[in-house]
Amino acid sequence: MILGQSSSSRIVSHAVLVTGAIIMVFPFLWMILASLTPQSEIFDGSLLPTPTLHGAIDNYGTALSAIPLLRFMANGFVVCLAILVLQIAIAIPCGYALAKLSFPGRPILLVGVLLGLLVPVQIPTIPIYIALAKSGLLDSYAALVLPWIISVFAIFLFRQFFVTFPDEVLDAARLDGFSELSIAWRIMLPAAWPAVVSFSIFSIVAHWNDLYWPMVVITNPDMMTASLGIAYFRQAGEGAGNVGALMAGGVLVTAPLVSFFLLMQKHFIRGLVLGRH
Amino acid sequence: MALANDIPLSSLAPNTAGRYRPARAQAQAGIILSVPATLLLVALVIGPAILVFFLSFTNASLGLAGIQFIGVANYTRMLTDPGFAQSLRNTALYVAVVVPTAIGWGLLVAVLIARSRFAVLYRTAYFLPVAASLVALATAWEAILHPSLGFANTLLQLLGASPVRFLSDPATAIYALAAIGVWQLVGFNMILFLAGLSTIPEELYEAATIDGADRGLKRFLLVTWPMLAPVTVFVTVMTIIRAFSVFETVAVLTQGGPMKSTSVVLYTFYEEGFRFFRVGYASAISVSFFVFVTFLSLVQMRVSERRARWKANGGQ
Repeated sequence: MILGQSSSSRIVSHAVLVTGAIIMVFPFLWMILASLTPQSEIFDGSLLPTPTLHGAIDNYGTALSAIPLLRFMANGFVVCLAILVLQIAIAIPCGYALAKLSFPGRPILLVGVLLGLLVPVQIPTIPIYIALAKSGLLDSYAALVLPWIISVFAIFLFRQFFVTFPDEVLDAARLDGFSELSIAWRIMLPAAWPAVVSFSIFSIVAHWNDLYWPMVVITNPDMMTASLGIAYFRQAGEGAGNVGALMAGGVLVTAPLVSFFLLMQKHFIRGLVLGRH
Repeated sequence: MALANDIPLSSLAPNTAGRYRPARAQAQAGIILSVPATLLLVALVIGPAILVFFLSFTNASLGLAGIQFIGVANYTRMLTDPGFAQSLRNTALYVAVVVPTAIGWGLLVAVLIARSRFAVLYRTAYFLPVAASLVALATAWEAILHPSLGFANTLLQLLGASPVRFLSDPATAIYALAAIGVWQLVGFNMILFLAGLSTIPEELYEAATIDGADRGLKRFLLVTWPMLAPVTVFVTVMTIIRAFSVFETVAVLTQGGPMKSTSVVLYTFYEEGFRFFRVGYASAISVSFFVFVTFLSLVQMRVSERRARWKANGGQ
């Protein structure tokens, strides 16, 4: 028992928790309600917006037609997937080599990875932006994806995971004629599956929700990701000032990850906590 | 990548005799497997970071030809520029509000739900903001905080208070953003504290009861708080870094305004680097940011190292 269990303290503790939980959930609730309410009735002085069918059709219709919201979401999906696949394809072999193979330069590479962990993501962005601008790659998928395909965090995570893997299994695989690369893919990747799942959730959430980098490299609405699209919707485009439609857009952009979170909470929490360590 | 895929690594090593692949073949395989990551690490992280360090001593500016070394001029400009001082003050204010609130609230929630029957339900509710798109939810907060007709002001008026122009009043805007920041961080801190709480052995609480600390606060001060110390240090460092890096809410809701009252360090960096293209100056800002974050991380590492050593030597 961390706190005493008298009934009065239990009531107080419930009251505190419920109040906080309402504050946490309220913006989601308000966003959903407003997305279903006619624009003219959202700010009519009543405490909460009152949904109507006509309001719902109007708002979601505007969100999907006045701005290319589906396009934004498709862009976000493609970008997140490309980043994730490349991050894993690059980090798994490297993590395996760092954990299990002795090769010249390994200590230096390990130091490089540890140093890389210290560098905040914003630091390298100026030179990368200049390089992308000079090579005419701004406003492209390449600009959105390229800077993130190396994840020192993934390399470090997988390396830590692989270090404890039994060497006997690897030796047996080698005797069976496995190449080192196929060991990395066919033995280490499945063994690291929990770490891969955690990392994937962290990576997808980070890049789906990222605003900073898309804001830096994208100006063409056709190339915008979901988060940038919402920010753009709020300020410009035909939806500007239309709170109901903006909330409908917010619901659509938030729904995939939130439903994903509700379905697999444990994985989600582990992934996000691991990722920010 | 193509390189690593095209070479059949097994052909490098005739592994007939012996348990192990010959050392030379293993070395070759290790190099080939780590080459893509090494090149990208240099090209996308370490190289650019070093470049930024050098650029911070130049007057580099995108679109203008010619770069000159100007020594520490960017740094002295940073220290003397009233605009930057303002954004430092705003950031400090934001951090000063967000850090204690998000940590205290996260700790309170963790302690209260650790033994609650509805723990899973509460955990879901408090973690929801961490999983959601901050940009989308920031626009919802903006509508809730609407200067005259939003939910918050309707509520205030029902309670007899006068309306507050939360995000459009220079006196309140940074606090409104801080409230959104706290809302987003509480759940994350709660999870870290919950993990910490689960490692505290039940016997300590039993011992505390024998010593007479059988009531909530006493037990908390005698057992929970000292046992959570390493987690608290970690959460504090994480929260400071996260609060110091506030960007999304500013970029979406206020763009640094009204009257510069919400211009924070990272937003200033973004504007200088990618709006005004003052590459040298923006680099100096980012180098300072890096030094600050690294310093905090090192402090955190030192503390947890000392703690680990203390544990290894038989403490607890």
